Amino acid sequence: MKRFNTDIAIIGGGPAGLAAAIRAGELGANVVLIERDFELGGILNQCIHPGFGLSLFGIELTGPEYAERFIEKVYTLNNIKILLSTMIIDIQDKIIYGVNKYDGVISIKAKAIILSMGCRERTRGALGIPGERPAGIYTAGSAQRLINIEGLMPGERVVILGSGDIGMIMARRFVLEGAEVLGVLEKLSYPGGLTRNVVQCLEDFNIPLYLNHTITGIKGKYRLEGVVAEDLINKKKFSLDVDTLLLSVGLIPENELSRKIGVMLDPRTSGPVVTQDRETNISGVFACGNVLQVHDLVDEVTRESYMAAEGAIKYISSERKVGGIMDVRPGENVRYIVPQRLTLPIEKPLYVYFRPLEPLTDCQIIGECNGKIYSLGKTEYARPGEMIKLRLRKDILDSGSDIKIKLEGEKV
Amino acid sequence: MDKELDIVIIGGGIIGTAIARELSKYELDIALIEKESDVGWGTTKANSAIVHTGYDPKPGSLMAKLNVEGARSFPSISEELDVPYKKIGSLVLTPNNEGFKRLEELKERGKINGVTNLEIITQSRLIDMEPNLSEDIKGALWVKDTAITSPVELAIAFRENAEKNGVKFIFDTSVIGFEIEEGRVMAVKTDKSIIGAEWIINAAGIFSDEIARLAGDDAFTITPVKGEYALFDKEVGNLVNHIIFPLPTESTKGILVLPTVDGNLLVGPNEHITTKEDTEVIQEGLEEVLNFAKREYPCLPLNMIITVFAGLRAKALDRGDFVIEPSQSVKNLINVGGIQSPGLSSAPSIAKYVIEILKDKGVKLSPKSSFVPERKSIPRFSHLSWEEREALIKKDPTYGELICRCEYVTLGEVIEAIRRGATTLDGIKFRVKAGSGRCQGGFCGPRLIPLLSQLLEIPPEEITKKGRNSKLVVGETR
Repeated sequence: MKRFNTDIAIIGGGPAGLAAAIRAGELGANVVLIERDFELGGILNQCIHPGFGLSLFGIELTGPEYAERFIEKVYTLNNIKILLSTMIIDIQDKIIYGVNKYDGVISIKAKAIILSMGCRERTRGALGIPGERPAGIYTAGSAQRLINIEGLMPGERVVILGSGDIGMIMARRFVLEGAEVLGVLEKLSYPGGLTRNVVQCLEDFNIPLYLNHTITGIKGKYRLEGVVAEDLINKKKFSLDVDTLLLSVGLIPENELSRKIGVMLDPRTSGPVVTQDRETNISGVFACGNVLQVHDLVDEVTRESYMAAEGAIKYISSERKVGGIMDVRPGENVRYIVPQRLTLPIEKPLYVYFRPLEPLTDCQIIGECNGKIYSLGKTEYARPGEMIKLRLRKDILDSGSDIKIKLEGEKV
Repeated sequence: MDKELDIVIIGGGIIGTAIARELSKYELDIALIEKESDVGWGTTKANSAIVHTGYDPKPGSLMAKLNVEGARSFPSISEELDVPYKKIGSLVLTPNNEGFKRLEELKERGKINGVTNLEIITQSRLIDMEPNLSEDIKGALWVKDTAITSPVELAIAFRENAEKNGVKFIFDTSVIGFEIEEGRVMAVKTDKSIIGAEWIINAAGIFSDEIARLAGDDAFTITPVKGEYALFDKEVGNLVNHIIFPLPTESTKGILVLPTVDGNLLVGPNEHITTKEDTEVIQEGLEEVLNFAKREYPCLPLNMIITVFAGLRAKALDRGDFVIEPSQSVKNLINVGGIQSPGLSSAPSIAKYVIEILKDKGVKLSPKSSFVPERKSIPRFSHLSWEEREALIKKDPTYGELICRCEYVTLGEVIEAIRRGATTLDGIKFRVKAGSGRCQGGFCGPRLIPLLSQLLEIPPEEITKKGRNSKLVVGETR
């Protein structure tokens, strides 16, 4: 077994792991960055559309361009050891076990661990869509991989279930490749992804978005021959003659490794419960990026990963002051909040990230703390597909008491 | 016409492959014809994967005899062929005190059939053994020797061993008729060729009655009976420790909750008569299965389902038993039909029974001195210790390259699966589990298509999920 010793081990070399490695490396820590694919960059490598980096760099980059900025940087830092094509299989205490074809079995003993494994797509099986089980049913991300990396077209007549961002982006991608996209079906009464994707990927390409629609049947024993769609308002069923069904019905943080070491998960995010440093309930184990909460924008993944790296540095340098704990809880109309737990003292400006349960307009953000009500801000629109980022006021934080955040507004 | 064969087996399910392997012990020229691209793709791939002990079939029936004999030979055959077999025991539950009478009857039936290790237990003991079970359950018949296995892996093992011992397997080939002279089959007509043979063994599962009819024999009829299943994530595979049965009815053992040999949780099947091509899961059926299981296991985590599927039982309803007999109307045809549950448990003894029929018919069976009984499975990375992994990667670095993240399947295993005959994504999945986990091939699928294309030397648009027209891609991008 090949053994490594390091200050910080980072599991996952996508945008989260890259940013965490760079920040930790710049701050002087020895880092081992572990990636299961043969190259760094994660899912960004197959996201060849633009729209990345607007918030962080002020320009629109493609996924590979965004990744490249970080990959170039990470290779310039001598204190970062990169292990590619390496799969981590087990963690016990702070020792990580994995394999790769170069070293065989490896172990990495680290003072701190940053979890940045990302997420996976929900599948047809998880939805339990009835019907036959033919070829031609793909998650949107798998289809994206086939087209953008392998150069292979999954099909010619396509329908997409779910209006997540990848689904809408793939609707446009299929049209650009000459396929016919019959529409995007969304079970809810509002789109799942970003408004900009509804406009730029669907409306600009005349791809219909059917809200309140789902798929209730799959036809074809060998290759997909059609689907049965249902209008959930008037309960009418109709057939769509397609050879390809794409699913964009949600992303699930990949926390199987986290569970192995006893990391507590928040059922609302399916990611770990963390502090403002992105530290989990296991001391010295941090989490950032989509393994923690499914983000809309990679820019925020990068920012969150910087926080995790700084937290890990603080942890290994034993500079941490240990004070009390305040909980941040979602109240009315709030689906989840990250971080869920604040450790005192709070030394830096503190932002919380949350999503509404359903779309609201003329929306007030309200905090409850110690029986007092605080007005924390307002927003014209609040949509589940768009994360809200809020700086928490110092007077609330100074109280040291648990905080509940809720939204009040007009339902759309 | 091809060279005259001694025996043609029609159907590559668990029964056809078991017979092929058993016959490969003798000096015979044998071919097995299968309409799909691989073995085990009919009933074999969609059932509960249980080796029943044989307490349940009607005493005196062929089913009772072959089940008990088959179950007894499973441990040795699984070892010989390196196939999973786990004796975890089963529990037949009763929800009320009246049910104990039924359990006594089952136990008694078991005794008559020659099954030992049966015990009736009451609630307190039961809850110790199955802590997640509903408190409404009053007691159970504990069948200590019931086991779980992997039926497709067994069919694959039978095939590999039979092939090694000289049996020829012909895939993607459908039997469309027979050349018959004076009440004898002279040759089997397929959609690709005509194959001459001395003896025909009809092990065509759901379609065995139709194959018999093609030869002019209408002695039995198969009724396809659909069963729907839900498979759960390994994270909840330990919800149950035993195979959980409800009280059986005359026609079915009921909806079960059980762990699989791979550590998943399996729930099903229901029972609905249908048509021969219908393996569609319907919403109502799925709800029926899940609602039933929820009564026994109220904590059943429905959000951990990774896939749903349906299989067909080949029931000869008019016979109420297996149909394993020489045809009355065709001199050299042996029908092996109506192999419903406990067909898997009986597969080894059904194969031996067929040999006896051939002997009775005067077929000369000289043992093959070169017969090799053992078969080794593909090394499965996820099952190995760290030391074994280290040694394997050193020998072949492709075993250090993970291609399926959910089930920890390596490139080395996939290459070996293809070398041993996998030609499709499902063929790989059934051999080494790549694509069978929680992401259902979302990650490995797009990587396996180019790999299959490269190793089989065919274009990507010819690669299929499960043969025929199940093509995965239509061509290259612009």
